[in-house]
Amino acid sequence: MDRKLLAAYGAAALLLALAPRFLDAYWVDVLDNVGLYALLALSLNLILGDAGLFNMGQAAFYAVGAYTAAILSTRLGLPVLYALPLAGLAAAAFAAVVARPVLHLRGDYLLIVTVGLGEIVRIALVNDVFGLTGGANGIFGIPRPILFGHKVKRPEDFLYLIWGFVAVTVFLFHRLEQSRFGRALNYLREDPVAAEGSGVDTVRYKLMAFVLGAAWAGMAGSIYAAKMTIISPESFGFWESVILFLIVILGGSGSIPGVLLGAALVVGLPELFRGFATARMLVFGLVMMVMMVVRRQGLLPLRRVRFKAADVARAERERAAARPAPARAEVSP
Amino acid sequence: MEQFFQQLTNGLAVGGIYALIALGYTMVYGVMKLINFAHGDLFTWGGYLGLTLLTSFLLQDRLGVLAGVGVLALMVMGLVGLMGVLLERAAYRPLREAPRLSAVVSALGASIFLQNALMLLYGAQFQVYPDGILPQGSVDVFGLRIPVVRILVLLASLVMMAVLYLFVQKTKIGTAIRAAAIDQGAARLMGIDVNRVVSIVFLIGPALGGSAGLLVGLYYGQVNFTMGWVYGMKAFTAAILGGIGNIPGAMVGGLLLGVVEALGAAYLSIAWKDAIAFCVLILILIVRPTGLLGERVAEKV
Repeated sequence: MDRKLLAAYGAAALLLALAPRFLDAYWVDVLDNVGLYALLALSLNLILGDAGLFNMGQAAFYAVGAYTAAILSTRLGLPVLYALPLAGLAAAAFAAVVARPVLHLRGDYLLIVTVGLGEIVRIALVNDVFGLTGGANGIFGIPRPILFGHKVKRPEDFLYLIWGFVAVTVFLFHRLEQSRFGRALNYLREDPVAAEGSGVDTVRYKLMAFVLGAAWAGMAGSIYAAKMTIISPESFGFWESVILFLIVILGGSGSIPGVLLGAALVVGLPELFRGFATARMLVFGLVMMVMMVVRRQGLLPLRRVRFKAADVARAERERAAARPAPARAEVSP
Repeated sequence: MEQFFQQLTNGLAVGGIYALIALGYTMVYGVMKLINFAHGDLFTWGGYLGLTLLTSFLLQDRLGVLAGVGVLALMVMGLVGLMGVLLERAAYRPLREAPRLSAVVSALGASIFLQNALMLLYGAQFQVYPDGILPQGSVDVFGLRIPVVRILVLLASLVMMAVLYLFVQKTKIGTAIRAAAIDQGAARLMGIDVNRVVSIVFLIGPALGGSAGLLVGLYYGQVNFTMGWVYGMKAFTAAILGGIGNIPGAMVGGLLLGVVEALGAAYLSIAWKDAIAFCVLILILIVRPTGLLGERVAEKV
């Protein structure tokens, strides 16, 4: 990770840590929401940005996670933070089942199908599926999380919980980007045929991207459930997925700092212009059209790894240093 | 049995509306290989513009019901068609050479924009069409009492589909559209102005969609600014069902989906009505991505 980015993350972390001292509860709550959307958008970024799969049903995985956490904590009395990994697992399992048959669809068809999946999940929740989801009213009375004996209740408590989770996510996803898995996904996005030809198991990697992205969305869902204490199907509608999609595209798909910036802009900016709240989506739509014509790669696009002059020079030096060794080997026998 | 035939005819009327919208998806896809996500919202604009023109000109009082509604439909089609052409110029033409995702995102943006523009102009509540534009009452068909409106809606959509089919099959412009759909490059070499063909497709498709919006307003008596995306998704399902890019396919798919949905809502569950279309969509894409009579859309894995 380059130094400028590290410095930017450090500055952002410092500002967020100090934010409760300078902002009132309302604005701290806005920051909480930005954090939640950042988490969700990062999870979608894995699918849409890294693997290039047009998923517009991310809200479905988010919903599965939130409802799993809510049901476990209200019916079985499980502390909501213990339910977090289980929510992630439930969302991942759901993704594995529903994504597998549709993975082979071409870009825009995958998008339509994921819209359909998201809608089916929402309709299922409204219809009180399995008698567990509480129908259109949803589930209420979800307990607050307790962390180290401290009840997480006020917006500033949630600020640290949510952004702490975001920090962990950003670290892990940067590591993932550099890993074999991350490189395979990027290859897949740039040229699926070449990737398959080089031995990347495309179906397996696509499925893994879906499962991992869904798991993260599910965990974000459980935090959302704990924060709101009430969840209902409206919170997981089509527009949630659209907003997440927009954050990733606007920020720069595949780019982690871009997605964080996108979340701040898409969730934070409308709060600054509350007078135009009704025109929010109109502006989003316009921005999407203009962005595609003017700056297709997003605000903070993914920087591709490429050789710099310094890298070449270093390689030359290393080779020069290594050269005497084989020469000696020739002489010795 | 009574209920079955009532649902069947209702399904056919709704299916006719789906088919009209689906034609717009399928024609645009045929020529541009682009899913026009904003199409559902152009359809909604049709419903709203229809209401505005209906209440401001009162044509049905001056010209009589059928002529009045006919002229109204032509005006709505013209306006929505014009919007389609402008939309293509603004949002899709600059992205003709861009990667697929860009055009898809631009289309989604256009959809959100059009939908919210309607909300800001008219307000978020349902807009109610005045009562009794089309003749009320019902007629006896083989011992079934079927509302006249239902028959008129089905007839209107069938007539428009027939006109479109003849236009695409028999006229010179129709031939150019078919040629551009098969191979744009070759069509250009044969002296066909592909840009003009695209503009014509974006005139006809949205015009039909807009007329469907008017029909929904007349049939159900109310329109809402968010209805575009549910109808759009269902019409898209219809287009896929029939085989996208295929004009008769869209007609068959629309009617079939309307009937399946009406019967499913009646016999399975009304609460899951909207999920039926989505399930059909997912199933058809998994099992037979080519649709009933169409081209292949899925990659082999």
